[in-house]
Amino acid sequence: MSPLITLSRRAVLKGTGALILGFQLPFLPLPPAVAGSTPMPVNAWLRISAAGVTILVAKAEMGQGVFTALPMLVAEELDVDWQTVRAGPAPSDAGTAGLVPGGMHTGGSTSVSASFLPLRRAGAAARLMLMAAAARLWRVPITELTTANGAVSHAATDRRAGYGALAGLAARQPVPPDPPLRDPATWTLIGRSLPRPDTPAKVTGLARFGLDIRLSDLLYAAIRHCPVLGGTLAKIDAAALKDKSTATGYRAGIVAVVSLPDAVAVVAEGWWQAQSALAEVAVSWNEGANAGLASTTLDPTLSKALDPGNPRAIAIAASRGDIDRAMAGAVRVVESVYRLPFLAHAPLEPMNATASVTATRCELWLPTQDQERYLTVLPPLLGLKPDQIAIHTTFLGGSFGRRLECDFGVEAALLSRAVGRPVQVIWSREEDIRHDFYRPASVSRITVGLDGANRPVGWRHRVVAPSILARVRPMALKDGLDGAAVAGIADQPYALPALCVDYVRQDTGVPVGFWRSVGHGNNAFSVESMIDEVAAAIDRDPCVLRRELLAGSPRALRVLDLATDQAGWPRPPAPVAGGRRGRGLALHQAFGSVVAEVAEVTVSDDGRLRVDRVVAAIDCGVAINPDLIRAQLEGGILFGLSAALTGKITIDKGRVVQSNFHDAPVLTLRDAPVIEVHIVDSAEPPGGVGEAGTPPIAPALTNAIFAATGRRLRSLPVGDYDLASG
Amino acid sequence: MLTMAVNGRTLTVTIPGDTPLLWLLREQLQLTGTKFGCGAGLCGACTVLINGHAVRACSVPVSSLDGAEIVTIEGLDRRTDAVAARVIDAWIAEQVPQCGYCAPGMIIATIALLRRTPQPGDQEIDAAITNLCRCGTYPRIRRAIHRAASTTP
Repeated sequence: MSPLITLSRRAVLKGTGALILGFQLPFLPLPPAVAGSTPMPVNAWLRISAAGVTILVAKAEMGQGVFTALPMLVAEELDVDWQTVRAGPAPSDAGTAGLVPGGMHTGGSTSVSASFLPLRRAGAAARLMLMAAAARLWRVPITELTTANGAVSHAATDRRAGYGALAGLAARQPVPPDPPLRDPATWTLIGRSLPRPDTPAKVTGLARFGLDIRLSDLLYAAIRHCPVLGGTLAKIDAAALKDKSTATGYRAGIVAVVSLPDAVAVVAEGWWQAQSALAEVAVSWNEGANAGLASTTLDPTLSKALDPGNPRAIAIAASRGDIDRAMAGAVRVVESVYRLPFLAHAPLEPMNATASVTATRCELWLPTQDQERYLTVLPPLLGLKPDQIAIHTTFLGGSFGRRLECDFGVEAALLSRAVGRPVQVIWSREEDIRHDFYRPASVSRITVGLDGANRPVGWRHRVVAPSILARVRPMALKDGLDGAAVAGIADQPYALPALCVDYVRQDTGVPVGFWRSVGHGNNAFSVESMIDEVAAAIDRDPCVLRRELLAGSPRALRVLDLATDQAGWPRPPAPVAGGRRGRGLALHQAFGSVVAEVAEVTVSDDGRLRVDRVVAAIDCGVAINPDLIRAQLEGGILFGLSAALTGKITIDKGRVVQSNFHDAPVLTLRDAPVIEVHIVDSAEPPGGVGEAGTPPIAPALTNAIFAATGRRLRSLPVGDYDLASG
Repeated sequence: MLTMAVNGRTLTVTIPGDTPLLWLLREQLQLTGTKFGCGAGLCGACTVLINGHAVRACSVPVSSLDGAEIVTIEGLDRRTDAVAARVIDAWIAEQVPQCGYCAPGMIIATIALLRRTPQPGDQEIDAAITNLCRCGTYPRIRRAIHRAASTTP
């Protein structure tokens, strides 16, 4: 009996109708409670009733389509009409019950890859249990039964029963330990671009995000954090809001002014009231150690840590071959330093959370990527046990890693406890931009040694960056090495006989966190810029050089060839009057997938940059739903492009300088290029797609700018450069 | 006395006049399809139709709306509004939304564009649709607008 199924049985015993009926699905109605047909939990992933099949999804839907891809895996084996399948969020304790392979948190582009086997097994096991139920009911051998479209049939006696009618008995059948899976050649769902079931609700305003939760007696909170990163609240004076004639002691509509360790919040009948009142609260802050922090000194600090003489510890991330000998024997050396800024996530739905806390219970409605973390963080704060905490996962209005943090949800819980009523806390966009956990700034130096035939023989790579893992998963820090900071360097698919990657941790006081593709984003920029620099130094076409270095990596080579063939490489883009055009290439391997991207740009003589077209190819293994893959590549590319063009967070006097979309601009429709995505026909196990499209775009862009203008941009954003000719 | 029509229903508004329309919709009227994104008229997540024009509800005080006719995403009637039906159908056909948070505002802005300019070219689309999408659905949004307008991208 596989562990998953064993635990599923436990969930069956625990399972009640209330588990799913307690939360109205945001986009599809749950099966109506037909008399005598309460939805039966067949296993952790399935609720089957006469009205249909509901497949529970233990991952957060933040745009990537998990409510489509994961149910497809279950349904493929269950043999059920896809049109009748509903999807809904799994209860938050599915994770702690050990039911979710890889944990319940949604990250690392693992939702599909980690679910590929277990969810198909769950579907196959459920199908066998339904057949076993029919066999008992009809007293026929199970081998004589067949299934189709959500029903079990016995041809010899012309009997047929829908899954709903069998679900009750099926749930009491033994769980088959190792159910056989369908031959991929017979798949009817996997591999098809099935439309997303959540689309109709999302285009009619019915989809409910965190911000859309409405409860009776709900109050709204606006919040202001210490403007200095890491600072704390010293003292508040809310006299301006006082009114002795009201029950609360505040003017009408204002319920409370609440001090939190690093913030002050106003709780009111409406958010606008709360936000307006917040401006009238006089606050003094303990600005703390970061009060003097400024980008003007931070950037040199990071750069200085590159120096051989720097006193900071150096952690070896990877070493192969004899790098010292390789470099000593090199006849030519190419060396460059690459700099990347801090970046904010800025999902379109600002941080928010809704909580209802009493002395014995905490109920939360969260747009979150990490329900389980709340079950660790909240109990000591609230004096509750984990099983007194219930989390309802809403749709996420974007996230990109930001909602792996639980700062906003903790605030909602503390505010609800303070006022004794349900509270929805909503951050203003300014708070969202200024109190993020930013993508780490980084500085990297790469030194490549070439032999007499211009072949790279050694690759020395030093990364200086603050550590995310030191805060989030300190146990994962090994000998001072933050593996996330050096991701994607040592395992680049290029043939490099000798390689040495090391890491210098340089924390800065700026909080850092996971940002779509994490270290891969930083490191693909430096690696793929350097490959291009080597090509330029030896006067070789960047695609030809990459092909040579990928001779031993057929999978990557196939991806490279597909992207460049489709882009029309090496034929240059057609020239335009008043501008210079160029095409740039980058390839990166991450999350079990390989992606190559070709960007085409036009740089006008007065310096305006336009990205005309991006052609991408991906090998993500078995393509579960090709259109979802295309969508994720398009999104990953534009997210990375937005950052590469204009994204940066700068610090002055310990405060984030940027505040809203006027000074932290993001890509617009006007500036979005045409994107073509090509998917390699692959039988490899599924890889990730949510983040895989992001890393190659920044270097593809700057390599294209180099091709167009001859200027090598070794830092981002591109918007910091004047690209005018002459 | 401040009165306005929201999705065809006439209301008397009693909240403070400086409250932006967005919060009247989302909190008093429970019309949560209109989203909060930036509070500064920059992102368009809160776009609604006011007297037929696409307007950002986060930046319009209710006091300025006496007698106005407001339509939110919830008020679009596919049976009677052919433009709305075409736009919503195009959004589905092109599988535009990822997270879906920008979709209501984008759809409202597109409907306003197509009522004014039934066959927009790309430059007209660029000028009219300044709403932000962080998931990167822009290429599909453009295709959906062309599909709804029966134009070629």
